Amino acid sequence: MVSYIIRRLLIAIPTILILIVASFFLIKIAPGGPFTSERPLPPQVLANIEARYGLDQPLWKQLWDYLTNIVLHFDFGPSFKFKDRDVNDIIAQGFPISLTYGSLAFLAASIVGVALGVVAAIRHNSWIDYTAVSMGIGAQALPNFIMGPILILTFTLWLGLLPGGGWNGGQWEYLIMPVIALSTSYMGNIARLTRSSMLEVLNSNFIRTARAKGLPTRTVIWRHAMKPTLLPVVSYLGPVFVYVLTGSVFVDMYFSTGGLGQAYVGSALTRDYAVLLGVTILYGTLTVVVNLITDLAYAWFDPKIRY
Amino acid sequence: MKHMSKLALATLLSTTMLTGAAIAESHVPEGVTLAEDQTFTYRQLDEFSSLDPQVVEDVDGANVVRDLFEGLMNQDAEGNLVPGVATGYEASEDKMTYTFNLREDAKWSNGDPVTANDFVYAWRRAVDPELASPYQWFMELMSIENAAEIIAGDMAPEELGVKAVDDYTFEVQLTAPLPYFPQMTTHATTFPAPQSVIEEHGDEWTRPENIVSNGAYVLTEHLPNERSVRERNEMYWDNENTVIDRVVALVINDENVALTRYLAGELDQTDIPAGQYPSLKEEYPEQAVSFPRLCNYYYTFNLSDSGPEAFQDVNVRKALALAVDRDIITERVMQGGQPPAYTFTPAAVAGFEPPQLEWAGMEQSERDQMAKDLLAEAGYGPDNPLEFEMVYNTSEAHEKVAVALSQMWKQKLGVQATLANMEWKVFLEERGNQNFELARGAWCGDYNEASTFLDLLDSDSGYNDGKFSNGRVDELLEQAKTSDERAPLYTEVEQILYEEMPVIPIYHYAGVYMNDTDLGGWPVDNVEQNWYSKNLYKIAE
Repeated sequence: MVSYIIRRLLIAIPTILILIVASFFLIKIAPGGPFTSERPLPPQVLANIEARYGLDQPLWKQLWDYLTNIVLHFDFGPSFKFKDRDVNDIIAQGFPISLTYGSLAFLAASIVGVALGVVAAIRHNSWIDYTAVSMGIGAQALPNFIMGPILILTFTLWLGLLPGGGWNGGQWEYLIMPVIALSTSYMGNIARLTRSSMLEVLNSNFIRTARAKGLPTRTVIWRHAMKPTLLPVVSYLGPVFVYVLTGSVFVDMYFSTGGLGQAYVGSALTRDYAVLLGVTILYGTLTVVVNLITDLAYAWFDPKIRY
Repeated sequence: MKHMSKLALATLLSTTMLTGAAIAESHVPEGVTLAEDQTFTYRQLDEFSSLDPQVVEDVDGANVVRDLFEGLMNQDAEGNLVPGVATGYEASEDKMTYTFNLREDAKWSNGDPVTANDFVYAWRRAVDPELASPYQWFMELMSIENAAEIIAGDMAPEELGVKAVDDYTFEVQLTAPLPYFPQMTTHATTFPAPQSVIEEHGDEWTRPENIVSNGAYVLTEHLPNERSVRERNEMYWDNENTVIDRVVALVINDENVALTRYLAGELDQTDIPAGQYPSLKEEYPEQAVSFPRLCNYYYTFNLSDSGPEAFQDVNVRKALALAVDRDIITERVMQGGQPPAYTFTPAAVAGFEPPQLEWAGMEQSERDQMAKDLLAEAGYGPDNPLEFEMVYNTSEAHEKVAVALSQMWKQKLGVQATLANMEWKVFLEERGNQNFELARGAWCGDYNEASTFLDLLDSDSGYNDGKFSNGRVDELLEQAKTSDERAPLYTEVEQILYEEMPVIPIYHYAGVYMNDTDLGGWPVDNVEQNWYSKNLYKIAE
C-alpha cells in the first residue's frame, strides 16, 4: 500500500511537469499578451514593462526561470494585471473561499444525492421513488448558470431573505445560494447513480442470502448493501470534488464570492500568464491527488481490490 | 485669499476652460436632511488593477484612487478645475513653467505633512523605467522636461523637470506650452506618493494594513474580486466638509445581477444594462439617469495596404457612413439616451464646437439617397455588390449594433457585410496589425479636450489602427498642442474627417445609471465622470 502511494506520487511529478510545460506554451500561443490594450503602449514603455517581468527573455529561459522559482522558492511569480499582488497571494486569498464553497457543495451533493438514491431504490416504483427520481432529474437538468439567476430572483429580489452575493467573511447567509447552485446538478447525478447501483445490489445473491438468514432490512441495507452500492458512486465522487472546485468558476463570477474562479477566468481574458498557470497547476495537482484518494478509497469499499 | 486670487489670475491667463473655478463652501444644498448612516455602496465591474496612483490604469481603480489620494488640482461637479493639495498655480509667460502653491494643512493619513517633495518623488517614480508604469506615456504626453528621455532609459529619473522650490512650492518645467497641462494634474498618475511607506513595504504598500494616503478616505478593507471599503480620513485637510463616512465598492461582474441587487436595496448605484433604460425609467423615473459621457463608438476602415481596395475610394466610405440610421441604433438598439454621432469628437467635450456638417442636418431618406448615388458612382451596384468583413469584439451589445449596421447596408445599398466577432485580446491584436477590413472601435477621453479623440487619427498615432493619414489633419493637431485658440482647429479637423470619412461615427456614450433617490451630489454634469465620494451625501428617507 505504502509503496503504491509512493509510486503514484512519483508518477504525479512528471504528469504535473508536462501540464506546466504544455500550459506554458499554450498560453503563449493565444493571440494578444497581458499588455495588449485598447491604448497600445509606446514601444519604449512596453519594453520597460516586459523587462520588469522578464518577458523580454527567450521562451526557454522564461520557462526555466519559472520552474526554478517554483521549485526553489515556491514562488509562482507576479501577476501582470494586479500590480500590487503576486500569484501566491491571489491563490492564498481565493482558494480557501473556493474550497469552502466546494466542500460544502460536495457534502450537500453527496449526502442528499446518496440519500435520495437509496430511498428511491428501497421503495422501488413507489411514489417516493418517482418523487426522488423527478427531483434528481430536475436538479440535473438545472445547471448552475440557470440555478444562479433563479435563486437570486427568488431569495434576494422577491423574498428579500438572502444577500445577492459577496463573501462577507463566510457568513452562512452568503453561503446558501452559491452552495445550492453549485451542488444541484451533481446531486441529481449522484442520486441516479446510487439508485441504479442499489437496485442492482439488492437483486444480487448475497443480499438474498442475508435476507434469507432473517436479518432485518435495516441491517441488510446498512451492513451488506451499502458498500457495494457506493463503489460506482465513489469513483464518480472523485471527479465531482474536482468539478465543484473548478466548476465554481461560474458561481464565483455570478455571486461575486471572491473565490478563485473569478481570478481564473479573468486571468485567461487578460492573458495574465502567471495567474493562469498558477491556478492551472493548482487544479492539476488537485486532480492528481483526488484521483489517488479515490483509488485508495476503492480498496476500502471493495475487498477484492488490493494494492 | 492670496492663493485663491492667484488661481483666479492663472485661470484667466491660461485657458477659457478654467473660468468659473471656485471652491464650493458646502456641497450639501440647504434644506436637505442628511441620513444617519452615511455609507455609499456602489457596483464595480471588475477588480481594479492596482491602488498605486502611479500604476493604476483602469477606471474602477482610478475611482478608488481619487478618494484615497489627492493631487494638485481636483474637478468640481461640472468638471472645472478646483484646488486640491495646490491652492492655485502660476504659469510663466511662455507657459513652459508652472508653479503650484501647496496648502500647508494637507496631511498624510499618518499625520505627516504633504510637501512638494512628495510630488517630486511621485512624478519621478511615474517615469522610472524600473517601476514600469503602464501610464508612463501620460507623463510624456504632459510634455514634462526629460520625461521621454527618462522613459527611454537615456537619463536618470532625477533629471525630470520637476522641483520642490520649498516644502510648499512645486515647480514643473515643460518642453512645450501645453494648453491643457493643468487639467492633466487631476489624473491619478500625478498624485503624490508616500516615499517612506513605499520603501518600507515595496509592492505591498497599498494593502489596507500598510497604506498611507492623503485623500479624503483611507482604505480599511480589501478582499480582491469581492469588495473594498474606504473610510473617512481624519487627517484630511477638509475632513469637516466631508459627509460620506464609508464607501463600499462591491465587485459584481454581471450587470444583471448588479441590477437585481440594486433593486433588492444592496446598492446605492449601479449601471443599467443595454436596452433596459426605457423600462426602468418608466418604473423608477427618479432613479434611472442618463447623461453624456466622453466616449465615442465608431467603425474604422482599414486604409492601409492590407485593407480592401474598395475602401480607398472616399465615395464608398461616405456611402456606408451615410446609410447608417443612427436614430435606430440609439433609440431601438442601445436605448440608453446615447446621442447619435456625426462627428468623431463628442459634442460634450469642453471647448469643442462641432462644425455645421451637411449630413447632420439631413433627413435619413436624403442621406440614403446620397449614399446610393455615391456607391453607384464608385461602381458598385446589383451586378457588382460591395462585399467586406466587419469585426467587433465579442459582446451582446456590439453584436446587436453590428447586425443592425449590416442590415441597413444590405437593404439600402445591397452591400454584403459578413460579421465576425473575436475575443477582446485577439481583436486588439488583429486590429492593431491591420488584419481587418472594417473594425469596431471606441475611445474614452483621457482629458476633457478634443485632441484626446482626434489624436487617434494623427498619422503617427500608435492608436491609429485604420492608418488614416492626412497632412492637413496632422498639421492642425500639431498646432493645437500650443495654440490658445484651439476650437477652430478642431472644428476644421472634423470638417476634413467628414470629407474623408476614415471612420464611421455611430454614437457617443451616455452614462446610464440607477442612482438611489437618497444619494445626493452625483456629478451628472462631469462628462469625464471623475467623481469624489467626499462631494456626495446620503439624504434621510
